[in-house]
Amino acid sequence: MSSPTPAHPMTLFDAAGRAMSAQLVRMNTATSNLANAGTVAGSAETAYRPLRPVFSAVLDSTTGLATVKVQGVYQSGATPVRTHEPDNPLADANGDVWGSGVDENAEMIEITDASRAYQNMVEAMQTAKQLTLDTMRMKTS
Amino acid sequence: MGDSLFGIHGMALELRAQRLGVLTSNIANAATPGYKARDIDFGAALQAMRQGASAPAAIGAATQYRVPVMPSLDGNTVEMATEQTAFGENAVQYEATLNMLQDRVQTVTRALKGE
Repeated sequence: MSSPTPAHPMTLFDAAGRAMSAQLVRMNTATSNLANAGTVAGSAETAYRPLRPVFSAVLDSTTGLATVKVQGVYQSGATPVRTHEPDNPLADANGDVWGSGVDENAEMIEITDASRAYQNMVEAMQTAKQLTLDTMRMKTS
Repeated sequence: MGDSLFGIHGMALELRAQRLGVLTSNIANAATPGYKARDIDFGAALQAMRQGASAPAAIGAATQYRVPVMPSLDGNTVEMATEQTAFGENAVQYEATLNMLQDRVQTVTRALKGE
């Protein structure tokens, strides 16, 4: 889940790359939640619960750079939705099934936000790359 | 060593590069709960370096936490508009410093060649 700590001092590209992986995890969890928005289960315990990644900052004290790591992916406490569907083969003794407590709108916002953050990192990395290349070439003709 | 050759631009470029990293860190942590955005006071750091401080010391003393316009509930103080403006500004200033360094190198090269 968290990328291995590089042995060398963290560069701007490490920081950006790891932040992008973290955003990707966030996008994956939100997509999984959306995919399971319609799933039902026979009991409240086995019903699908939305997944949420928790980020934490990683500071490299030698360079002063800070990147992100995924501290873990947790199941949210959203309560499963009970509906009465006696015809459903998964229904319990009362004829109830338990749907996932996924909020589709919240997940869509989560995906949009993650992709924006990802794009920001791409942009920052491109700028840093261009400046590094300009410095390396130092056109002295 | 190269300070006398490149003058103030050598120090400025080093500080600009460091600030680029700090601002990228802020943008990277835009969604991290509790993260406090930082920034380097370029003027103060340059002043310290001109008075003989080393780059890490000058940067350390001039790094401050950003005061948020509107703090968010999760304790994160990254404000994208502020960070992106600062990032863009810093990138342009880096380029400007780089151009001046190039001019300096060109001048010295021309003097060496005796053109």
